[in-house]
Amino acid sequence: MAIGDCGAKSKLTGSQIIIKALQEEGVDTVFGYPGGAVLPLYDELYGAKIRHILTRHEQGAVHAADGYARVSGRPGVCIATSGPGATNLITGITNAFMDSVPLVVLTGQVGVGMIGRDSFQEADITGITMPITKHNFLVRDVNELAGIMHEAFYIATTGRPGPVVVDIPKDITTQTAVVERYPPPLNLRGYRVCREPHPLQILQAARSIARAERPLLFAGGGVITSGAHEELKALAEKQDIPVIITMMGKGAFPEDHPLFVGMVGMHGTVAANYAVGECDLLIGIGVRFDDRVTGKLDKFASKARIIHIDIDAAEIGKNVPAHIPIVGDARLALRALLDNLPRPAVHPDWRARIRAWQEEHPLHYDRNCGLKPQWVIEELHRLTGGEAIVSTDVGQHQMWAVQYYPVKRPRSFISSGGLGAMGFGVPAAMGAQLARPEATVVAITGDGSFQMNSQELATISFYRLPVKIILLDNGYLGMVRQWQEFFFDRRYSYSDLAAGNPDFVKLAEAYGVPAVRVTEVSQLTEALETALEHKGPFLVDVKVDREENVLPMVPPGAHLREMIVGG
Amino acid sequence: MKHTLAVLVENKPGVLTRVAGLFARRGYNIESLAVGPTENPSVSRMTIVVEGDDHTIEQVCKQLHKLIDVIKLSDITQDPHVGRELVLIKVNAEPHVRGEIMQIVEVFRARIVDIARDSLIVEATGDEDKINAIEAALRPFGIRELARTGKIALVRGSRGKVLEADLSEQENVSQTG
Repeated sequence: MAIGDCGAKSKLTGSQIIIKALQEEGVDTVFGYPGGAVLPLYDELYGAKIRHILTRHEQGAVHAADGYARVSGRPGVCIATSGPGATNLITGITNAFMDSVPLVVLTGQVGVGMIGRDSFQEADITGITMPITKHNFLVRDVNELAGIMHEAFYIATTGRPGPVVVDIPKDITTQTAVVERYPPPLNLRGYRVCREPHPLQILQAARSIARAERPLLFAGGGVITSGAHEELKALAEKQDIPVIITMMGKGAFPEDHPLFVGMVGMHGTVAANYAVGECDLLIGIGVRFDDRVTGKLDKFASKARIIHIDIDAAEIGKNVPAHIPIVGDARLALRALLDNLPRPAVHPDWRARIRAWQEEHPLHYDRNCGLKPQWVIEELHRLTGGEAIVSTDVGQHQMWAVQYYPVKRPRSFISSGGLGAMGFGVPAAMGAQLARPEATVVAITGDGSFQMNSQELATISFYRLPVKIILLDNGYLGMVRQWQEFFFDRRYSYSDLAAGNPDFVKLAEAYGVPAVRVTEVSQLTEALETALEHKGPFLVDVKVDREENVLPMVPPGAHLREMIVGG
Repeated sequence: MKHTLAVLVENKPGVLTRVAGLFARRGYNIESLAVGPTENPSVSRMTIVVEGDDHTIEQVCKQLHKLIDVIKLSDITQDPHVGRELVLIKVNAEPHVRGEIMQIVEVFRARIVDIARDSLIVEATGDEDKINAIEAALRPFGIRELARTGKIALVRGSRGKVLEADLSEQENVSQTG
């Protein structure tokens, strides 16, 4: 129903305007946690045709909205009250900002007249979130509210997506205003998105691709965001170009495809890291040349000319100079490249070199001793047919999930990339499950990460979200321990969690989530099958080999060829 | 090298914080920043002088462009432009040296805007070199207080008109978009 329908001059309260705006923007699910400053808004939500998911912590709400957005491709929405409610969102907002996830975050604020007096539960949330949002608004006049809501959704979802905070003082939510129509006109003269790539740049890039002997496609999260995966595949196949991905690009290209080389960077495959070093043309699409990807910057892709396609002009030349910069939407740019490259190409020698590296240095681990975390992921992959939506936390388990759970489709693997925020995995899986109720959603987590948002078991249990939690439990902050082993002489300073860890099975059961523990190799397959066949949520606590390492590994700041590959 | 950026921004609360915060966060050095309203009450003009190599300045400009409240931005360093600073200098001036100070003031085409028993306030405008020079000339008498505005600048000739025309064009687009 359009707002105009309910009488051209009828007045709406601020809360009603917010609800109407959410409906008009196509929002069906919001995540949140009520409190004093948002009571009028929650009163309006009560009985509204929007599903509100009550989490147990605001951080759970914002990560869930983030997971929802990553899996659905639509903006995630979350609501928190003023002060502590809003400050509890900070990690989640930063996470969405770093990974370019569209979020609209509604925070309560003390009344307009109370702002600046250090009122109860007052925090300057627009000030606090300025560096971690794409934009933010403090609503000072109820007559501006509808316009701001529309602008928030527009900014969050266009160009390079990102989180937008709308801070709404309590009295604004009860004051009334006439809303003639929704959406109101945008008033954003300083916001322009350049989607169409420049034809001359495309022409130059196409010529370089046609000339290249060892071209390499390098796909990041931007390919998924722009929905350019089909165009990427078409370009790779037609021009016979191997593909490497970043972690954020996982799903941008089918990992069972013969042209797929692997993930590049610190825990990338040997073949992918060698390929970057040897290619003569690197075509980066929706990537930002993060330090975890490039290793030592001056030696990254040192033999290559670089084409860099990105919707955000500020990314081009930020870390690595681009020979051919292309500002624009990845999908449009790839389409234009395809149009400018009518003749197919083949690169048999280059393909053979890469294949040799792949065969010589496959991912490997010792399968014959102990309960290996990598094997847990491989079993999970086998039993789900690689079709599950995987959400991970941050640490060793995350890297093993990337390495041993190959995916075929975009938006099927979500993880905290840029920020590396422990505690993301479980709430993000809730959001993923709500976005895709029919899908098998698996949260792969570790004992450290899991405890950063384990209260969300209550949300999972209450809404009967059939999320499967696979806990790779080594009783360590595993990645911290690994760095301490490699770089700090095995001095495991405050990284051993085992003695303080709870009984995770009992913990899950206390929330009404069935769980099993796996301590022997022989128990794993059955436990995973039980979890996957169970209709509701399920937790599997796998006591994995405690001191397994993630390999290969490029030491921080080292050249990508200087990999620790292990025995 | 020093670059002068002319930036048109929304005249809204918090915009200065957004710009200043961006410089602080990304480690760019602001030499000076002057801001004030323009003939259009919804638009403010910032003149930012920033020190950095070409790569840094390119990043500064791109990052500024990303701010939603930045409407228009140009690096006018290489363009012919009029750049001015204003300085107020309160200088010691016992009666026997006043004549000498007044001569200096005249040479710099500055003005004396306040006289006390043993001090004067001198007002001067000009480019950075001139302001530095008058400051140096007055220093021997003993400067008690000094306030500088930082540079403001406009491009010479008619280009400014074009810039304003662009702006109203954008306004039309945003109305319909």
